[in-house]
Amino acid sequence: MRVDVVMPQMGESIAEGTITRWMKQIGETVQRDEPLFEISTDKVDAEIPSPSAGTLVEIKNQAGETVPVNQVVAVLETEAGAAASAPAPKAEATPEPKPEPKPAAPPPAPKAEAPKPTPPTPAPAAAAAESSEGSFVSPVVRKIAAEHGIDPTTVPGTGAGGRVTKKDIQDFVAKGGRPAATPSAPAPAPAPTAPTVTFPAGARVERQAMSPMRKKIAEHMIESRRTSAHVHSVFEVDMTRVVSLRSKYKGLYEERHGTKLTLTPFFLKAACDALRAWPIVNSSVEGNEIVYRKDLNIGIAVALDWGLIVPVVRNADQLSIAGLTMKVNDLAERARTKKLVPDEVQGGTFTITNPGIFGGLFGLPIINQPQVAILGIGGIEKRPVVIDDAIAIRDRMYMSMSYDHRVVDGAVADQFLAHVKKVLQEFDESLL
Amino acid sequence: MQERLVEARRAGEAPDTLLLLEHPPVVTLGRGAHAENLLLDEESLRERGIELHEAGRGGDVTYHGPGQLVGYPVVALQGERRDAHRYLRDLEEGLIATAAALGVRAGREEGLTGVWAGRGKLAAIGVRIGTGWVTSHGFAMNVGDDLSGFDAIVPCGLRDRGVTSLTRETGKTFDLEAVARVAAEHVAAALGLAAVWDAAISSPSARRESA
Repeated sequence: MRVDVVMPQMGESIAEGTITRWMKQIGETVQRDEPLFEISTDKVDAEIPSPSAGTLVEIKNQAGETVPVNQVVAVLETEAGAAASAPAPKAEATPEPKPEPKPAAPPPAPKAEAPKPTPPTPAPAAAAAESSEGSFVSPVVRKIAAEHGIDPTTVPGTGAGGRVTKKDIQDFVAKGGRPAATPSAPAPAPAPTAPTVTFPAGARVERQAMSPMRKKIAEHMIESRRTSAHVHSVFEVDMTRVVSLRSKYKGLYEERHGTKLTLTPFFLKAACDALRAWPIVNSSVEGNEIVYRKDLNIGIAVALDWGLIVPVVRNADQLSIAGLTMKVNDLAERARTKKLVPDEVQGGTFTITNPGIFGGLFGLPIINQPQVAILGIGGIEKRPVVIDDAIAIRDRMYMSMSYDHRVVDGAVADQFLAHVKKVLQEFDESLL
Repeated sequence: MQERLVEARRAGEAPDTLLLLEHPPVVTLGRGAHAENLLLDEESLRERGIELHEAGRGGDVTYHGPGQLVGYPVVALQGERRDAHRYLRDLEEGLIATAAALGVRAGREEGLTGVWAGRGKLAAIGVRIGTGWVTSHGFAMNVGDDLSGFDAIVPCGLRDRGVTSLTRETGKTFDLEAVARVAAEHVAAALGLAAVWDAAISSPSARRESA
């Protein structure tokens, strides 16, 4: 018999919990009341015991994921015989103060990721959304919906005239109801299923399961393309000054800070400056609202042999060039040695990536959701340029930006890039 | 010792207990710790005689050291007290009452777990709830004047708030054991328990109070 393990409610005012550790792996057996996983909410860590004895057959949410209360996070397979004697597993064993044995319906397909669960019933949701358009939503339903970031019109209603009752929304939440979608991504859009490719008989192929990181990258990229209206701009920047400043101060940084001065801190500084001047580029879109983000948390894409990760430099504008250098080098090093903690790859408000390291002129990157812009740094090379009617040899670089045209218009994006260019070309030496 | 006590409490072999002690200088990282809130690396901490530990409790980075009363309630929560937020609020209430009894007006800050007095954070809270709603970890109340250990961290990840102590707030010197006795009464009361003082534990800086 399959038994669902749910995120327990650790207190009346607690709506979600973050899984910090699985103490059992898939395939391992667990005794009833034996600690199964650990969660963290606010200032409280808690150990969650297994609701019954059995084998852990599925983990739906990995460590680091935040899950609403009562959502199924794992599935146990109990022995048929044992099931009969095990008294109502879920309601008893988890340390729930008021166990609400809402049987979270088994989802149609195992969902890979918690943050964006697909609605369990896409089709009826669409119908309900239409029929209940403009219809009355009770305050209690609206409150619950707001708490969980759900658009109440996307909840299938069973009340009079398709009205959404309190129970409807509670059930919807319990099943991992999807937060209100952004306008360009209609809520009931079913998760894109990859078309099944058939290869001619005898074709030489090798099949390999995607790693969790690969899967995540794939999902994020597709999701971003579906969410944002990507537009691109490319600028050429004279990097001669920055390149010479870097070689001038490289030795000093080794000596004084014990760290290698790279070009990344220069880009971070220039980006922060421009983001302060053009705050819309540091925003996010939520429904029909633009959310201006006051902190400048800049993600830095780090290529890994096994994929890509984007650690975040928090409050980058508050760090000196030396501070940025140490922070960036530390994050990059720990990204490569897999020592980043989940928090260090979350909460970014803008991203910088460098498609130029292998000689590419420039790239047109995909926006890192829920951000609205990503800056791409091309490779630097010496090129002949005309300065005051003379031909000079200068360090030149193409710099590109992909931005979300839903909120950032071309004129703004170009002025933003012109700002970045100006800061780089006239880089203030006193900052070093 | 705390872990042994948790096991014993869970098995019903120990009563609800509040361990009260003073730590040597140590920085602990809770599960929610943000690396940037630790301002010195492990080596620089060691130079200052401060150890670094990861603790299985909620919360961010904190510092423990001499002149600070650390309390670990190992209590099996029952009935309506089986609510993680309720438990945090109960601990705060016990500590606010303790501060009041010692002449310091302290209170809560919306959304910031812990106890706050005039100049900043007076007591930090970070707890763990284990199987059977048995609690561990707990609180740390600053008593003495020396708060320099906090320079190594951003307390609980709050950049713009300082820390304070009973001595800083009143200008008086307190005997840690006397403070511990007051805290035992008030924390026990807030948890619906009665305090029984028991100083029989061998560990030199530990005091036990059970109910």
